[in-house]
Amino acid sequence: MADPLYRAAPPAALRVEPLGELTLIFDRRSMQTHVVAPPMPQILDAMGDDICSAAVIAERLSVAFDIERAGGAASIIAERLDELAALGLVAAA
Amino acid sequence: MSAAHTLVDLLAGRRDAATLGRGEWDGVISAARAEAMLATLAHRLADATVPPAVAALFADQRAAAATARQQALWEAEMARRALAPRGIEFVLLKGTAYAAAGLSCSEGRQIGDLDILVIAPDVRRAENALLNAGWEWVKSDPYDDHYYREYMHELPPLIHKTRDRMIDVHHTILPRTHRITPDALAMVSDAVRSHDGFAVLSSADMACHCAAHLIADGDLQGGLRNLWDFHCLTRDFAAADAHFWGKLDGRAELHGLRATVHRAARLARDIYGAELPPGWDRHVTGDGWFRRRLLARDDWGRSRNWLLQQAFYLRSHWLRMPPAMLARHLWTKWRKR
Amino acid sequence: MRYATRIAVGPVQFRIGSDWRAPIAALERLYAGYPRDDARAADATVRLFAARPWRRWLRPSVHIGGDFTVPDALPLPLSMGLLAAEMGMNLQVALGWRRHLLLHASAVARDGRALVMSGESGSGKSTLAALLGEEGWRLMGDEFTLVDPVSGDALAFPRAVSLKNAAIGEVAERVAPGRLGPLLARTPKGDIRHLIPRAEAIAAMHEPARPALILFPRFGGEAAVEPMGEGEAFVRLTEASTNYVALGEAGFATLARLVRETPAFAVSYPDSASGRALVEGLWAEAVR
Repeated sequence: MADPLYRAAPPAALRVEPLGELTLIFDRRSMQTHVVAPPMPQILDAMGDDICSAAVIAERLSVAFDIERAGGAASIIAERLDELAALGLVAAA
Repeated sequence: MSAAHTLVDLLAGRRDAATLGRGEWDGVISAARAEAMLATLAHRLADATVPPAVAALFADQRAAAATARQQALWEAEMARRALAPRGIEFVLLKGTAYAAAGLSCSEGRQIGDLDILVIAPDVRRAENALLNAGWEWVKSDPYDDHYYREYMHELPPLIHKTRDRMIDVHHTILPRTHRITPDALAMVSDAVRSHDGFAVLSSADMACHCAAHLIADGDLQGGLRNLWDFHCLTRDFAAADAHFWGKLDGRAELHGLRATVHRAARLARDIYGAELPPGWDRHVTGDGWFRRRLLARDDWGRSRNWLLQQAFYLRSHWLRMPPAMLARHLWTKWRKR
Repeated sequence: MRYATRIAVGPVQFRIGSDWRAPIAALERLYAGYPRDDARAADATVRLFAARPWRRWLRPSVHIGGDFTVPDALPLPLSMGLLAAEMGMNLQVALGWRRHLLLHASAVARDGRALVMSGESGSGKSTLAALLGEEGWRLMGDEFTLVDPVSGDALAFPRAVSLKNAAIGEVAERVAPGRLGPLLARTPKGDIRHLIPRAEAIAAMHEPARPALILFPRFGGEAAVEPMGEGEAFVRLTEASTNYVALGEAGFATLARLVRETPAFAVSYPDSASGRALVEGLWAEAVR
């Protein structure tokens, strides 16, 4: 099954402001404001500057958050990546 | 001196901003807004002596235009993300193209929809790619839909569901039913890359396309702004290339737009003080009609000369459609009202 | 245009042109106490016009235009020309102002701090602001509040307050008759009368105030107060702003700062008295 590769927006492009339980992200390239909740900010952080697949991100998150690598994590992350791509916050690499 | 005259005098540099009185500023600002040129004027007069309230308004406009420009270029980027993976090439047109290419006419220019040109065989696939990437049809009635597809030069408008911005996908430069039929395939073949990697028309084709919209599109809506685009484009291209006017002449001939492009150049001379080379610098009586229509804007921002407007509305449709079809179209349009 | 006047409210200089004398006369009466600067060019232009020349006299109806027009908007009868003028002024600011973040909110100030009340028509924000303005608060505005991207302050935009239906009587019994405009009966928004802000509020219209409290009022229902998280307040305020998107990063930064620095609550209240009591209670906490 194909595991598409994505790259996150460069750090200078995004202005991230946590506001309570939500995270607001202003994308300077599009002038758009995105209201996101976990795990979106965590996914973007985990990607850094690299080209990643959902599986890679799942691995990084399980290490960073010290959690059991649950089987379904990669497919959940794949869905979130699609959503992030629709918002323009990540792009197909 | 009407507000529209003062506006073009300021843009052309024939009038010193410091000499305007309050009443004139009211008129010029309203006329500029009505012509979608207020931010353009704000850029043009960025270093001029203006009253503090006007300076503040101009600063607002420049900042807003910079934001709007980013948004417009982002639409182009999102179109690229939808079309490139399917191998669909497209050329940016009009305002977004000017911004992508960093051209002087893009400073302060209001950009509305994203206009792109694809070759005719790619239209269906482009449509599907965009629909899959979050665009949807702007709701319209079946008659308009049919008209757009069969006779106009674009798909019916598409609007993005979440970003709420429109994209117009063209496969010809002027409607298929227009009397002039520029060579869209040649334009796409000769497209050049902007430094962001977007395809834009070659200089000569860009000027031809601009003139086509100004003159042949017929109703001269937004005419002063289109003419300013044409003036800035030709001035900048000619400054960079001594042979530009000759190339423009040849390319215009290829597209059947020679008369159109020459008229646009003469109007740019008459209204914005453009300097034209020999062979271009004529005086043609018919130009007066166009000049009057372009400058028919009063100091409350209203279009004057209703009769001229009606004549142009008819002319616009005349240029686009054979007479029999025109009669039927107008009948249907009238009945719907 | 045949008739015209100029009005400055807060940072905005309007010019209003009209095919009829009556709306201009009504405006000049409402805004007689406002300072004029006739040398200043207009930021916003409103036009009240007849669709066809003969409609100036034959069943006169007033179309609203200017810098911005709503293409399919229905005209108003000439008897409601003043309402058309006020709507026209709102329209130009809502669509054209780019210097400050615009919130669809009323605001009142005390001791240099501002209470901002955000809500749609019918939320009671205008009535509450009008009543508070008669009880020692400075009225900053009933329809729009401006927030300065540089300082974060709220700026006053004290237009004539648009009172609707029951609110008219409620306010009328507290103010001198000369403070009220004509009764515009059975408009598309119900009965309307305009309240002229107090002289002190007009005189202070260029004084900013640092926001101290944000409320989202809802008229009707039991008295209730619910604290609102920063994220939710941010989102609700973007929905209440007509120029948030156009301001780009400056809009984002201004709003993030506002919700971080200012506590927000959703409040519902059954009547003005309990509304005002809720306000006073929350204010005392906020400025402690």
